[in-house]
Order: sequence, then C-alpha cells, then structure tokens
Amino acid sequence: MPEPTVILNAPAIQRALTRIAHEIAERNESGAEVVLVGIPLMGDLLAFRLGKILSDIWKLPVPVGTLDVSMHRDDLDHRAAPTIHPTVMPFDVTGRTVVLVDDVFFTGRTTRAAMDALNDFGRPKHIQLAVLIDRGHRELPIRADFVGKNVPTAITEKVRVRLDIPNQPDEVVLEK
Amino acid sequence: MSWNRKHLLDIESLTADEIVTVLDTARAFKLVGERAIKKVPALRGKTVVNLFIEPSTRTRISFELAAQRLTADIVNFSADASSFKKGETLKDTARNLEALNADFIVIRHSTSGAPHFLSRVVNASIINAGDGAHEHPTQALLDAFTIREHKGKIAGLNVTILGDILYSRVARSNIWALTKLGAKVTLCGPSTLVPKTFEQMGCRVTHDVDEAIRDADIIHLLRIQHERQRKTMFPGIGEYTNLFGLNKARLAKTKPDALIMHPGPVNRGVEIDSEIADCERSLILEQVTNGLAVRMAVLFLLNGGKGPQEVA
Repeated sequence: MPEPTVILNAPAIQRALTRIAHEIAERNESGAEVVLVGIPLMGDLLAFRLGKILSDIWKLPVPVGTLDVSMHRDDLDHRAAPTIHPTVMPFDVTGRTVVLVDDVFFTGRTTRAAMDALNDFGRPKHIQLAVLIDRGHRELPIRADFVGKNVPTAITEKVRVRLDIPNQPDEVVLEK
Repeated sequence: MSWNRKHLLDIESLTADEIVTVLDTARAFKLVGERAIKKVPALRGKTVVNLFIEPSTRTRISFELAAQRLTADIVNFSADASSFKKGETLKDTARNLEALNADFIVIRHSTSGAPHFLSRVVNASIINAGDGAHEHPTQALLDAFTIREHKGKIAGLNVTILGDILYSRVARSNIWALTKLGAKVTLCGPSTLVPKTFEQMGCRVTHDVDEAIRDADIIHLLRIQHERQRKTMFPGIGEYTNLFGLNKARLAKTKPDALIMHPGPVNRGVEIDSEIADCERSLILEQVTNGLAVRMAVLFLLNGGKGPQEVA
C-alpha cells in the first residue's frame, strides 16, 4: 500500500478553522443567534474548536452541541449497524442559526441525515454547513457554506482526519 | 466496535465486546427517550412481530414501544388468541409470519431453545424474549446497563443474585453477562433452588443470605415463580420470606451504597419488603426505562446489514 499523503498538518488545520470562523462571523452578523452542532466522531471535535475561536471573535460564548445522525441514515440496510454516539443538544435550536460541522464532505448523505435529525429538536431559522475537507462526489443537491480545503479525490480513496489522538499530531491524510 | 449478528438468542454465545457494544448503543437510545420527539426513523418500513407464547406484559410492551420508537410496524401475537390452540406448530406459525414479510420475530416461549429452533427455519431476525428456564438476554443486557450507569463499571463489582435461581432464565442470562464483564457473582437462596452445580458457571453459591449480601454492590432479587414452582421446593412462602426475603434489618447490614434490582413483577412482602422496593436504593423502575433503550439498541444493531461498518 502506498504511503498516505498528508493533506493538512496541525498548523494548517488550525489556520483553516480560524478562516472558517471568520467567514461564519462575516456571514452571521449577530453572533447571539448562532449555535454550532458537530457530527461525531470528528465533527464535534472541530465544532468545539470553532466555538472557541468564534467566542473570541464575538466576545460571547457560542453554544456547541453534538448530533449523532446514525439513526437517520438512509443506508442502514446496506451495512453493519453504525456505531452510535450520544447526542447532546444543550440548547433550543428553534429560531437560531445552526452551523452543522463535519470533518469530510463527501456524498452529502450524512448532511441530509443531520438535517433530518435536527428537525426532531426544533425548527432552526437557518442551517449552514461547515466542513474541514470537501472531497467531492456529491450524490445529493447539497453544498457547503464554509470549506477548509477542497481536495479532488478518486472515489476509491479515503480521507482520514485525525484529531486529539494522544502522542500524535493532528493531521488529515489521503489514503490511496 | 462492530456488530455482525443477525439474531439475539442468548448471552452465552456473546463476547464481552459485543455486550459492551449493545450497552454503548443503548446509551444513545436512552437519550432519544428523553427528547420531546422520542421517535427516530431507523427501522422505517420494517415489521416486528411479538410472538409471545407465554404470558408477559412488561417485556412485550417494552418491545412494542421500542419498535414503535424506531418507526417499525409491530404486530402482537399472543398465546390465547392464537392458532396454537387450534394445533398449529411453532414452525408453521413462524412461516406464516414470515409470509407477511416480518423482518424481526421477538419470541417468548416456555420451551428452552425455541428461539434457536426458529432461527434455523425462518429468514427473519429472531430475538429471544425469554425461553423456558434457559435465557432472557435483553433482561440481562438492561440489568448490566443499569449497573454500569450507576456504578460506572461492572468489572470487579460484587453482584448477589438472590432467590429462585433454578427456574430463572433471568439469573442464567445475568450470570453469563456479568461474569463476562468481570463482576464477581454470588448466588443465594434455598439449596433446592440454588444447587451447587451453578458454580460451574463461574459464580459462588451460598445459602446464607446475610453473608451473601454483606459485601454486595448490587443485590439482585428474583421473583419466586409460583407458576413454575413445584410444591416441594421449599416449605412455604412465609418461611422463604423469613429466611431469604430482603427486609430493613437485612438491608441495614449491607454496604451503604449497595443498590437493589428486581426484574419484576415484584411479589411485595415475599422476596422484598414493600417499602424497600420503593426506597431510593431501589433501581426497579429505572430498569424498566433502561429496558426500552436496550431493546431499541438490540433492534437497531440486528437491523444492520452484512458488510463493513464504514460508510462509503
């Protein structure tokens, strides 16, 4: 197997997040209406990091939630049951702007499931999407509002995001 | 963490990892039950049949609600209203259910091994909801879930199961689950109901209730099953209550953080004093809440198809 290619190293990930945070702040003038909702396993870690940067920009705490979308997936019949993570939504989403945060944007099916799952918690005023990597190959008419890096990939390749692993630097790699 | 089984027939054949997968999955489903909208579409379009050839209220209702909260359709099939009275065999009944495109059959039967038999003759996923005195896997899973939630772990805990062990599928499934997860299990009750042969399952057997519960972290009481009891197993209910019933005096001699469990239905005043059943150390009603989450998790995991867990 060929060596995986590093797409983003730790400082590049941090720079991408800072830029996304500024773009979110530019798009949403009133920070008080914005909540971040991360999709596990990596999206929630990214959401907490983005929340920290945004809190500094807006000088107010930005609420962050975790939304597991496995129960709303459309491919449950075609795979072994996915690992489910607890959903923690410590705020009301109704009337607010929800920024969904995920690590890799691929077919769009996770985002669709996330929008369905979000529905059970209320009616957001807007839903926006922030992703660290957009690797293409969309199967649904969904696009991201904020992208850390666009990476053209072959469908057979895998993009792995590694964050907060003890004794390992954060990185995003492309596996052939 | 991955699950590749089609049926849940017993705890004996599960690995510790598989048990933990169910418990972790159930944690997420318990949170669903706390939302304003308690329903998710994971089993949309699927059909679950509750095939209860032995009376049951709480397990049947628990499975029914679990299926509904996953957006499955559910049909109840009970012994008295069924064709069994007209002489149809279990295999024919199951095949008929399958002809209705049932995806899951939840079966309770008075004969041990009935779910295993069904799993060989039909294509649907089979869930054992209690077979004779053999196993009751979802009960053991919900008990393990409840213990883990309160104690933070299961390994190393002292769990005492007290009462009618011999006739209890709950005891057998619990012994398998708890020993696989590293708990130290003590069984206690009259020698006629707790034979020493249970030591072969990796637990300790004693007939002295005060000694059995002294160091227990969990005291798990079992119902005296009047319907399965032969008259000769112990002299009388009064004597059982005197010798083995959990009362205030006995509870006072246990660890202050020892918790009380009971799979229900409770015989108040027989295996447990009425006021103890309602005290803050009793987890009896939480077991019911957790049972729903665990059964949702089991249905969800069994619904998974073949192939890798990773999404494309």
